[in-house]
Amino acid sequence: MGGIMGLAADRSGIQFRLLNRRKGPAVRGPRTQSDRKHYQAAIQSLLADRSGLTIIEGEVADIVLQGGAISGIKLCDDSLISAHCVVLTTGTFLGGVIHIGDRKMRGGRVGDQPSDLLADRLRDLDLPLGRLKTGTPPRLRKSSIAWDQLEMQPADDAPALFSFMSDRPVLRQVSCAITHTNPHTHEIISDNLSRSAMYGGHIDGVGPRYCPSIEDKIVKFSDRSSHQIFLEPEGLESDIVYPNGISTSLPEDVQIAYVRSIAGLEAAEITQPGYAIEYDFVDPQSLDSSLQLAAIPRLFLAGQINGTTGYEEAAAQGLMAGLNAAHASLGREPVVLSRSQAYIGVMIDDLVTRGVAEPYRMFTSRAEYRLSLRADNADQRLTEVADGLGLICERRRRLFHTKMDDLKAGRDILAGERFTPQEAARAGITINQDGQRRSGMDLLAFPDIDFAQIDVLLPAFAKCSPDVREQLAIEALYRTYVDRQQRDAAALQRDEAQKIPADIDYDSIGGLSNELKGKLRRVKPATLGQAGRIDGMTPAALALILSRMRQDERYSA
Amino acid sequence: MQTIFALATARGKSGVAIMRISGPAAHDVGRLLAGSLPLAGRSALRALRDRHGEFLDQALVLSFESPRSFTGEDVVELQIHGSVAVIRALEVAIAETGLARMAEPGEFTRRALLNGHLDLAQVEGLADLIAAETELQRKQAQQLFSGGMRVFADQCRTDLVRAIALVEATIDFADEDVPVDVAPEVGLLLENVLRDVRRQLAGYGHAERVRNGFEVAVIGPPNAGKSTFINKIAGRDIAITSDIPGTTRDVLEVRVDLAGLPVTFLDTAGLRDSADKIERLGVARARSRALEADVRILLIDGLTDDGGFDASMPVDLIYRTKADLTGVGISARTGDGIDAVLADVERILSDRVSGMTIASHERHRLALDRADVLLQSAITVFRGGDVGAEILAVHLRDVVTTLDSLIGRVDVEAVLGEIFSEFCIGK
Repeated sequence: MGGIMGLAADRSGIQFRLLNRRKGPAVRGPRTQSDRKHYQAAIQSLLADRSGLTIIEGEVADIVLQGGAISGIKLCDDSLISAHCVVLTTGTFLGGVIHIGDRKMRGGRVGDQPSDLLADRLRDLDLPLGRLKTGTPPRLRKSSIAWDQLEMQPADDAPALFSFMSDRPVLRQVSCAITHTNPHTHEIISDNLSRSAMYGGHIDGVGPRYCPSIEDKIVKFSDRSSHQIFLEPEGLESDIVYPNGISTSLPEDVQIAYVRSIAGLEAAEITQPGYAIEYDFVDPQSLDSSLQLAAIPRLFLAGQINGTTGYEEAAAQGLMAGLNAAHASLGREPVVLSRSQAYIGVMIDDLVTRGVAEPYRMFTSRAEYRLSLRADNADQRLTEVADGLGLICERRRRLFHTKMDDLKAGRDILAGERFTPQEAARAGITINQDGQRRSGMDLLAFPDIDFAQIDVLLPAFAKCSPDVREQLAIEALYRTYVDRQQRDAAALQRDEAQKIPADIDYDSIGGLSNELKGKLRRVKPATLGQAGRIDGMTPAALALILSRMRQDERYSA
Repeated sequence: MQTIFALATARGKSGVAIMRISGPAAHDVGRLLAGSLPLAGRSALRALRDRHGEFLDQALVLSFESPRSFTGEDVVELQIHGSVAVIRALEVAIAETGLARMAEPGEFTRRALLNGHLDLAQVEGLADLIAAETELQRKQAQQLFSGGMRVFADQCRTDLVRAIALVEATIDFADEDVPVDVAPEVGLLLENVLRDVRRQLAGYGHAERVRNGFEVAVIGPPNAGKSTFINKIAGRDIAITSDIPGTTRDVLEVRVDLAGLPVTFLDTAGLRDSADKIERLGVARARSRALEADVRILLIDGLTDDGGFDASMPVDLIYRTKADLTGVGISARTGDGIDAVLADVERILSDRVSGMTIASHERHRLALDRADVLLQSAITVFRGGDVGAEILAVHLRDVVTTLDSLIGRVDVEAVLGEIFSEFCIGK
């Protein structure tokens, strides 16, 4: 979509690893560890390259409203910045409180002040606010770790990058180390549980189930005697290591004790203790699908303020909120990606329709059309859309069209001829002797097929680039499923086309439970499809809404 | 949502008739007619009057409050005297309130479905219950109506959701702490569901027969006494009998309740080669109906039998007739031995229905068949190992959707289509 985060990740990655490499391409996930300093530099240089962008640094103290809509912001130094649209991205700063054991301090991040004035202001506006929390592990000094005693996890030999515009990593690739907690570690933590901020009753915010603190892991999975920890360097030159897997809100002395009970960390020095942070978020059900607050026109929210967690989640919302803010300013229609088009569509629809009960993270299993929503075809799904919106540069456009042309040529070669089972057998492909003729694409879908075998049948295929061959093999593998999912997606589009009038009166629909009425009023679904995804919605209730829509149409016709 | 009303009992003379009013204005309508209503869930005797104050009837009035009613809406039921004239006068009086309209056929049930008070299978069960004629049909319909299909579907769903969760965990948390091998549990869960689905499919044929009735064909050579036998079972002369061979040409049916089993006995033309064109057609029809029947009884003429008759189809029971003349076998004329024949038929059919399942409608069978096919593909992918986890997940979701469709947990258009096209059942 023309965002810059993928580019910055590629410029600063020091350990690229493709997750689920052994599984199907639809669920492979590119992952990288970025060098903090290089990432920051990459983002700043990419931003500096943007024309028409002015960056003003300062703490926002207030938003300025005029006639119920946003008209600008006020900084702490009382200066006013007027704006047609505002995108608010408060991260963990909004009313942030940091907990280490029973120590509690205001803060948006260690060493940074929280954003309290703005939090008070949002509370006064009567927005539905809630509290979430997230944890961080203690940071360790690299030179204090016994690396030679630990199992190492290297980067991939053939790194999978984030942007289609990158072809190789810029920075040197490094390894992580893997170590484990042990019964002694668990004993130390168990003995001190009451001193943990979370277990001592100091925290009200809800944390994510899938990324538990070490205290949670030990309490909830008491049968496990060991948990895995990845020791990740924060940068090539940095002396700080991020131990992934032991986030905590225990007091510092307990953190030192349990860290040092772990193999390889016996002499580890903690450069900064782990802490839990609680912050405000706005119930995303109060947003529309363009991430605009329904109650305050032209005020957009993105990132942790909407109840999400994770970098990609925040980046995707930032992109869409920014895009829609620009569109609103230009008087253009909002841009909404669908669930069948992009994970962005899945996430935003989940947020505004279902809300969040814990910090929201994107999982592939949240997508109904997972087999079509792959990292490998992200450009095929979205680059043209982005181009239509004026989001991409000339270089990306050229690369994209070249690739599409190459893929088309490859597809034509594969579809060009059909082979009998005997002919396939002569190329070393054993399939049922069912007399059925199969195209190159059909044959490519068989498991354990070798490109060389296809080349025997279709010598022109050998001339396709390895990337194109790989891409076509993936298409072949999922073709039957993707075709079917596209039919499902068409059904979805039909429901999405049933627009629910904004002034529909749910209270007057007999037979809807009060609970559902409340949810419908809160979510204000824009389409019947969206209404169907509200938690607890029944086909019967949808039928009632649909029949009301048709009744209203009749009356107004 | 409009308020609707209709007679809930059969039209015609009866001791009591019940008028049901359902919808947001039901209580208002009730108050206009009866002056005041009893508390929800209670009943009270009231004089019903129309808008001119004209006395209509003395009625027992029942009041129900949403959601605790059959439809899930506010409901008033008026138990009146089962007189055609009273019913008509009351209908006019309700319509004159301007607050309610006459219900369409099946509309109360449809509202119960839309309000989530009944699932799709329960609606089918209710239709079956209203149509039930025999004890076994009653039991079968009650099982469906009381939510038996939901119990089955929920059980499968729980297993499948667990299996999906395990598979998804290996996909979405590959890099985290889920080192346990989920394959054995997933395999077990899939086998479980497949077994349950197959059990339903195996019992479907019998259950369907309990619902729609079994057929017992009476076949044999001409003049063996088949029609006399049928008349005896019917207790009246439905078939023309004579001593002329080839009297019966068409297939005649007699429906009886055999110890709770709905059974239709078929009287068929005597099987022989005939020169008569019409009789030949009758014989052909007798053969095809007999082949499709659940049980075939062969009656042999005890007087003339030379052991040479060949029905050329499998036969379940054989009897020699005309015992009143030969002293051997059964006599259709006197009724001797007929009870024993019925007992034999009952025994055969009872054995078969012992494996009866909840699935009893063609719609159920189609869904179960599809679930069976999808489960088999899922198991094939599963045995292929790690590579196909994401494809396995697709298959498993399909199975869940398919089994959910048994109780109507599917997308709204499909449910609406199904209900609005198929169901138009008793009020």
